[in-house]
Formats: sequence, C-alpha cells, structure tokens
Amino acid sequence: MKKILFTAATMFALLQLHAQSPVDSSGFKSRKLKVEEINLVSSYYTQDGNNAAVTGGIGSEKLTDISNVFDIKLIKYDKKLNKHSFDIELGIDHYTSASSDRIDLKANSSASHSDTRIYPSVNWTVENEKKRHTVGIGLSSSTEFDYQSYGANVNFAQKTKDKNGEFTAKIQAYLDKVSIILPIELRTSTSGSGRNYPTASRNTIAASISYSQIVNERLNVMFIADAIKQDGYLSLPFHRVYFTDGTVHQENLPSSRFKVPLAFRANYFAGDKVIIRTDYRFYKDDWGIIAHTANIELPVKITPFLSVSPFYRFYTQTASNYFAPYKMHNAQNQFYTSNYDLSHFNTHFFGAGFRLSTPTGVFKIKHLNMFELRYGHYYRNTAFNANIISMNLRFK
Amino acid sequence: MIKLKRQHCMIITVMVGILFFLESCTAVKEYQKNKINDGEMVMGRRKIEKSEMSFQTYREGASGANGGKTGGGCGCN
Repeated sequence: MKKILFTAATMFALLQLHAQSPVDSSGFKSRKLKVEEINLVSSYYTQDGNNAAVTGGIGSEKLTDISNVFDIKLIKYDKKLNKHSFDIELGIDHYTSASSDRIDLKANSSASHSDTRIYPSVNWTVENEKKRHTVGIGLSSSTEFDYQSYGANVNFAQKTKDKNGEFTAKIQAYLDKVSIILPIELRTSTSGSGRNYPTASRNTIAASISYSQIVNERLNVMFIADAIKQDGYLSLPFHRVYFTDGTVHQENLPSSRFKVPLAFRANYFAGDKVIIRTDYRFYKDDWGIIAHTANIELPVKITPFLSVSPFYRFYTQTASNYFAPYKMHNAQNQFYTSNYDLSHFNTHFFGAGFRLSTPTGVFKIKHLNMFELRYGHYYRNTAFNANIISMNLRFK
Repeated sequence: MIKLKRQHCMIITVMVGILFFLESCTAVKEYQKNKINDGEMVMGRRKIEKSEMSFQTYREGASGANGGKTGGGCGCN
C-alpha cells in the first residue's frame, strides 16, 4: 500500500511540473515533450482449484498474485507536425503458488513457492494527421526466475478519408527462454540446481489485422484477425504426467503450435445513459482446441461523471488432443499433458466496475482525472474459482 | 463433414451480414462524435482489464484477437 501511495505521489509531482506547459488553445501545437497521461493499475488476484498440472492433474491450484503496472504516455510534435507518442510501462507481479511449491514434493515451502515477474515495455508511434496514418515500434521484456522473454513489435494504422474507419496491422515477435526445472524425482546429476539450470527456446510470431468502423453516431464496430505461430519448447518442464501404470513423466507437448483467433466487437450508445459493449471471439489451433468467447458489458451513466458497469463473459473450449486426466495417459501416447487449462471446460466471469471521471479532478485532486475500480468472479466447471479486483488511477 | 459445412455457411452468412452492415454506414462528422468519443465507447481493451486478460490467457487454451499480448511471460502456475 505504501508503494502504491508513493507511486501516486511521484506521479502527482510529475504532473505538477507538467502543469507549467503552455496550453494549446489556438491550434498551435507545442513541440515540447509533454506528459499526456499517467496510469497506475493495481490488481489482486486469487484462485483455487484441485487439478494442478505440477502434480499431474491433482492437487491444489491455490495462487495469489499482486500486480502493479505504471504507465506514462508522453507526446510531442515535430517540425512537420507529426505527433510522436512514447508509451513507457513498467509492470511488477508477485505471486505465491501452492502448486509450484510441489515441484519438490517433500518441501513444505520450497524456493519455487513464490516469484516476482518484472515486465517493462516501450512503444513509440508517429502519427501523420494529414495523411491519417500511424506507424509504430515497440520493445518489451519479461523476467521471472525460470523464464525470460524479449519482445518486439511493429505496427501500422491508416484511417479512411472521412476518419470513420481505421485499418491496423501489427506484427509481434517474442524470443523466450525456459529454464528446465524438472520435478524433483526426475532430476539427475545433469539436471541443474540452484540458479544453474539448462534452458530451452520458445519463439512466437504473431500477425494481427483489424478494421474498425463508425457506423453511425452511436455505433462503432471492429473486426480482428490474428495468426500466431509458436515454435520450440512449448511444454512446461515441471508439469508431471502420471501414466496408467503409475509411472511419472514430464509433460511432453509438440514443438509447434498454430493459433487463429477471429473477433468481432460492437459498442452501442443507447439513449443518453447506457452503453452496450459486446464482443465475440472464435479460436482454433492445431492442438485440437476450438473455443468461443462472448462478452457483454453495460456501462450505465449515473451522472455524466460516474458510471457503473456490470459485465458477463462466457467462454467454452474443447480439449486439446494431448490432454488426459491423472493416470489416464499410457506409453502409447507420443504427446501428453494433464494440464486442465488444455482440457474441455466452460467458464463464467461476471462482476462490475465503478468509474469516476471529472474534468476538475477526482476527490478534489487536481490531476487525478479518473478513478476506476473493478471486481470479477471467475468460475470454471472443473471446480476452479478465481477472484480479481483491479484499480486504475489516471492522472492528466 | 456436416459440421464443416455448417461452419462455412455460418462464415458466409456473417460475411454477407457484415457487407450489408458496412453498406448502411453513414458519414459521421467530427462534431457528431460526442457519443462515439465517450470514454466507455473505446473499442480496445481498457487498462483496468489488463490483469484479467493476463489470467484468462494463462487459464484458458485460447488467446489473441483481444489487442493484448500473444506471447511472452510464462504463466506457469
């Protein structure tokens, strides 16, 4: 809590400095770099279930995660009046996990019972307002004890002449390294220990195109199509699989995966107070998973500055070809996992958000432009439950 | 095989629907966009949904087409 308050105070101080920048009132665009907005998003997530992949599809999935993401957006105009936006983000997660603790079955609280993930990213976009196009590049990384990821992306967007439609294209690439930490009973003298484990590569390339269109004064729609290819070590080394004969093995999944998600979104402003936000996603991959996701959210404006948003999300997927529960695989199977995230299931996710946004400052804090709180309960029909509460403070 | 045919029919129906839909678009001027530009009408995911998207990506087999990350980070637990 102290850290959150300290971060909020720092942001406030930054904005006090920014407040001295001249205000754009006559079409003049200052070429000085200035702070557009600062966001702090904090979340607390907790889950529980009884199908942990670390223990072969049985055992506690209890996990808690606290995340804080600090995001600052800076803008400036160049000589040609192109708008440059710099989005700098730093995220820190800390989790404790009952299942990770069971990599060593004898330990009550092993080194793997908790971990911290740090994930900074930088994105730079240049918008040519005359030609209505935007180009951008970005870099990111994510570091955990047993996982290192480096990412890069390039993107392009073009608005239509009337600025009511926009086409975007994006390519992302991730180069990851997985530390091969085996379940304790499968380790040999060459398996590594302490901080020295062998590593394996996992590479991802994702192409995404989308088109959004303003249909009329109240309706906005969007189509999204992605194609994602992953290669390398796609299993997790400490996931156990128990065969029908009682022997224990390491999870073994194919070394490539191709995913195609397609999505459609529509937002409609009904009357003066209610907004209907909807989306649907179809997903298919070559591991045998077909999934459908439907989402609806109904923000209701209680006043022009206060809104309450109940939401509901339904998700269903078929099982991967390589999934079977505890002690259901046998030596005939080439690939095998008992990870229930790849099983057949349905989920329901519901909750509500509360958003306060005033031009003069929320809670009388001058630069606090928006305060948002959101709670959601997640239920999966494999007797898995989760809860998440998130808060967003936006300073302008 | 029947399933595949049904899927094709569904896709064609959706595509035709989309074409009719886009055909019915009206030109909206900048000064008419006060509702479209409302903070709650943003088409992408909002920042407060970031952690939700993250755990859903980890706990579900499907991912992508939501404007978020499609790789990076382990999600091992």
